[in-house]
Amino acid sequence: MALKEVGPMEPIRTHMQIPREELIAPGHSACQGCGHFIIVRHLLKAAGPNTIVVNPTGCLEVVTTVFPYSSWKVPWIHVAFENGGSVASGVEAAIKSLQKKGILPKDERINVVVFAGDGGTVDIGFQSLSGMFERRHKVVYVLLDNEAYMNTGIQRSGSTPYGAWTTTTPVGKRWKGEWRVRKDMMQIAVAHHVPYAATINPAYPVDMYNKMVKALKAEGPAFLHAYSPCPTGWRFDPSLTVEVARMAVLTGYWVLYEYDHGNYKVTVPVLKRKPVREFVKMQGRFRHMTEEQIKKLQEIIDEQVEHINKLVGKTVIGPVVEEQKK
Amino acid sequence: MTLPGWKELPEGAVVREPGNTVTISTGEWRVFKPVIIDEKCTRCRLCWIYCPDGTIIEVDDPNAPLGKRYEVDYEHCKGCGICWKECPVNAIEWVPEER
Ligand SMILES: Cc1ncc(C[n+]2csc(CCOP(=O)(O)OP(=O)(O)O)c2C)c(N)n1
Ligand code: SF4
Ligand code: SF4
Ligand code: SF4
Ligand SMILES: [Mg+2]
Repeated sequence: MALKEVGPMEPIRTHMQIPREELIAPGHSACQGCGHFIIVRHLLKAAGPNTIVVNPTGCLEVVTTVFPYSSWKVPWIHVAFENGGSVASGVEAAIKSLQKKGILPKDERINVVVFAGDGGTVDIGFQSLSGMFERRHKVVYVLLDNEAYMNTGIQRSGSTPYGAWTTTTPVGKRWKGEWRVRKDMMQIAVAHHVPYAATINPAYPVDMYNKMVKALKAEGPAFLHAYSPCPTGWRFDPSLTVEVARMAVLTGYWVLYEYDHGNYKVTVPVLKRKPVREFVKMQGRFRHMTEEQIKKLQEIIDEQVEHINKLVGKTVIGPVVEEQKK
Repeated sequence: MTLPGWKELPEGAVVREPGNTVTISTGEWRVFKPVIIDEKCTRCRLCWIYCPDGTIIEVDDPNAPLGKRYEVDYEHCKGCGICWKECPVNAIEWVPEER
């Protein structure tokens, strides 16, 4: 017998169980193939209608709420670029207070979820997020990482990968794209002793959905770092969004893992990694990269993989295996 | 279109109709359109999962295999091509739009 669709906040075994009801409407003006929307669609399904969304500026906010329209079917608040964490803290505290006073039913379960970009999280919203973690607010903070400030025209952020072209890491005589190594937001979240933190990827919907369910059930702040391909900013055909997202996992560029109350687990093991070149060659933002730069990026990925293998205590992400030419 | 003055706007510029972007058509963005070939479709649901805009519609149909069928909401589908790329059995054709 086919498995039934689940209710909000219930884990799933297959993608057939994801609820049909949509909590975000079409007709918004995101580019064709925008990764943000595969993620947000499914995370909202996991959370269900009793959810308040806090959304600092960025593509997601701009494309869904051109006045007098809104794509949101759940209560939604737009906040400034820098204070997603603070406003979510306030919303959560207000719910608690209203429940204490008996104005809201005491046992009603209301989720508070932040959707913020990488610019809005790793750079400008960093301190408000840190405070939210520190005060133990029961909020799920989702970082939609497209590795640059896309809504204002592709400026680099602290999450832009080594080698990537952006308008502020141009390619010319002196500069060859981004030369720094990105921040490790998962480790930054874990350093705040949050109960739950995980990486997610839209090409792996069941893994993504179940991690959202765990995040919602955590007794304190939870952090989800979502990989969100942006066809416009990364320069690839919009039909390839899911393929690019999948390749990020298969190359070890984006490791799917979680930190659950002190325990690390890689949720999608990759025993034979593909060379990062396979990921690089799909995207125009890396087109200029020299052999030397690709080698350096591969070294950065190798180091990251080794670090995660160490955290979980075994080799779950294996070595790079070049495909045999047929 | 005449724009309302600030006194006529709801307080806080609140939008009182959740999800009202559904009244906006984004179907005109398409250059190519996905066409689902129902006889080839295995009901695997992956096009529905991966469509960013939620414009693959799952329809209950007691007469269809496994009791359902997949349709494209052409009023809103932007023609990104993800469903076409991700369909594991090539049941989606990629057809140039004619206008
Ligand atoms: C304080 C402040 N600075 C700058 C802006 C302009 N701004 C709006 S969206 C945006 C980029 C958002 O980037 P990110 O958070 O990565 O989200 P994305 O658009 O990439 O999803 C910027 C710089 C602003 N709204 N507020
Ligand atoms: S620029 Fe990128 S993130 Fe922004 S709407 Fe377009 S595809 Fe989505
Ligand atoms: S072409 Fe893109 S927007 Fe249209 S139905 Fe397929 S995945 Fe959805
Ligand atoms: S992906 Fe293809 S086979 Fe699967 S439900 Fe969609 S059209 Fe049918
Ligand atoms: Mg961004």
